[in-house]
Amino acid sequence: MSIEFRSVGKQFPDGTQAVGDFSLMIPSRTTTVLVGSSGCGKTTLLRMVNRMVDPTRGSVLIDGEDISHRDPVALRRSIGYVMQNSGLLPHRKVLDNVATVPRLNGMAKAEARERALTLLDTVGLDRELGDRYPSQLSGGQQQRVGVARALAADPNILLMDEPFGAVDPIVRAELQQELLRLRRELDKTVVFVTHDIDEAFLLGDQVVLLQRGGRIAQVGTPAEILANPTSDFVAEFVGADRGRRALRIERVGGADVVVDELGRPAGVLARSASQAEAGARTAPGAPAQGELAS
Amino acid sequence: MLFVDAITWIFSADSDIVQRLGEHLFFTLLAFAIAVLVAVPLGYLIGHTGKGREIAVALSGAARALPSFGLILLLVLLIGVLQIVPAVTLALVLLAVPSILAGAYSGLEAIDRRTLDAARAMGMTEWQVLTKVEIPLGLPLLISGMRAGALQIVATATLAAYVGLGGLGYPVLQGIAVRRYDETLGGALIVVLLAVVLDSIFGVLERVTVPRGVRLGRGIGERRRRPPAIATETANRLVQAG
Repeated sequence: MSIEFRSVGKQFPDGTQAVGDFSLMIPSRTTTVLVGSSGCGKTTLLRMVNRMVDPTRGSVLIDGEDISHRDPVALRRSIGYVMQNSGLLPHRKVLDNVATVPRLNGMAKAEARERALTLLDTVGLDRELGDRYPSQLSGGQQQRVGVARALAADPNILLMDEPFGAVDPIVRAELQQELLRLRRELDKTVVFVTHDIDEAFLLGDQVVLLQRGGRIAQVGTPAEILANPTSDFVAEFVGADRGRRALRIERVGGADVVVDELGRPAGVLARSASQAEAGARTAPGAPAQGELAS
Repeated sequence: MLFVDAITWIFSADSDIVQRLGEHLFFTLLAFAIAVLVAVPLGYLIGHTGKGREIAVALSGAARALPSFGLILLLVLLIGVLQIVPAVTLALVLLAVPSILAGAYSGLEAIDRRTLDAARAMGMTEWQVLTKVEIPLGLPLLISGMRAGALQIVATATLAAYVGLGGLGYPVLQGIAVRRYDETLGGALIVVLLAVVLDSIFGVLERVTVPRGVRLGRGIGERRRRPPAIATETANRLVQAG
């Protein structure tokens, strides 16, 4: 399902202008990452999609239909939502947490629990954890449960608000890989919010770099943004200005070693690539992340 | 021994303690039920919407400062000497409402905002957020408010005897008047006992209404801090053997 923001703006009752004038097309079955520092309005924009926030101007369309006419409750049940702290209900078992939305939609309890069990498989959790309470799980496991819950009603759209922000780097990397796998398997339109540009480049088909007030600094694929930062702000945000992501090739003992901006080896240039013309753009160990400046 | 006299009096044939206890319980339960019916919905409304909180805090603060005896006399005079039962009941209700109200809305306020946000984002209606999330999670604090309110009523119901309504205050007052201090102390002992029993019942309720998932979360923390008894025991034996 495609999502379209048509010059939306949001002013909160206290006068704060969270989003000025934002337009964006999110194609169906792609992952779009909204990335920016805190206060850039990325979460506000995300929450407009399931009407947790209503824009004060402009409109949001899903498959061409203006959602301001839709019942917020029904709309939310049709859209998966994952938040930073998992937001699980502490008084309900993991299985019942996952079954929340199907139950709200009127599915019988036994059937909803059965569905929840298969979802635990989907997100890579042991079925035995279904009988535990959220407080008995680790942070990473709770996030997985959060993802399973969001997927329970088989929504076409998945909204993720810094879902991996509160877990340690190792678990985060694991969850990111898991999400990439899920995305391949499930074929959903994903809108992902983060302040981590590396995460954005890793997960996004389309990356939207935001400045204060929801102003778009640049939209494009990760490669496009890396190759052509349109402003100093973008260059600074992706780290290009500091030479970050600029990889160089050094010859060490007959092999081409790719080193990063600090001279640390990032990997070895693959045989086939090193035999090709200078300017080859593949480097194992840093796929699609860096720009070769040989 | 006055205590022995008092206990002897309680079990003696000329004490009407069972009847007095019945009266006392009747007033307590009636006032408590009305107070709950008034305070819980109102407290939930305030806690759920977040509106009217300042007014509620101010009112319950003021109400707690009310002198209970003065309130009873005032209401009896205001409502009329012929309407003593409603007047006394109203006084007891007014004294219990602030605690129960505070328990109801603070129970809802203590819930993590992100949990509620998630519940709404899942597609729960406001009613579902209230009944499936807020009420279960806020229950322990509500019970704690009910506990304070019930104790307030039990204690104050003793004063109902002053306006001729009996209850456990009756032997206390009569005992003073006719210098039968065993009767006074006997009545007082039963009031204390009743209060202790009620308090214990609510204490148990308060603990069992903590949702299991929440309690387990706390339990894990505690277990980590305190090594299991058997481990300490083993360690002690090893030290002794060495």
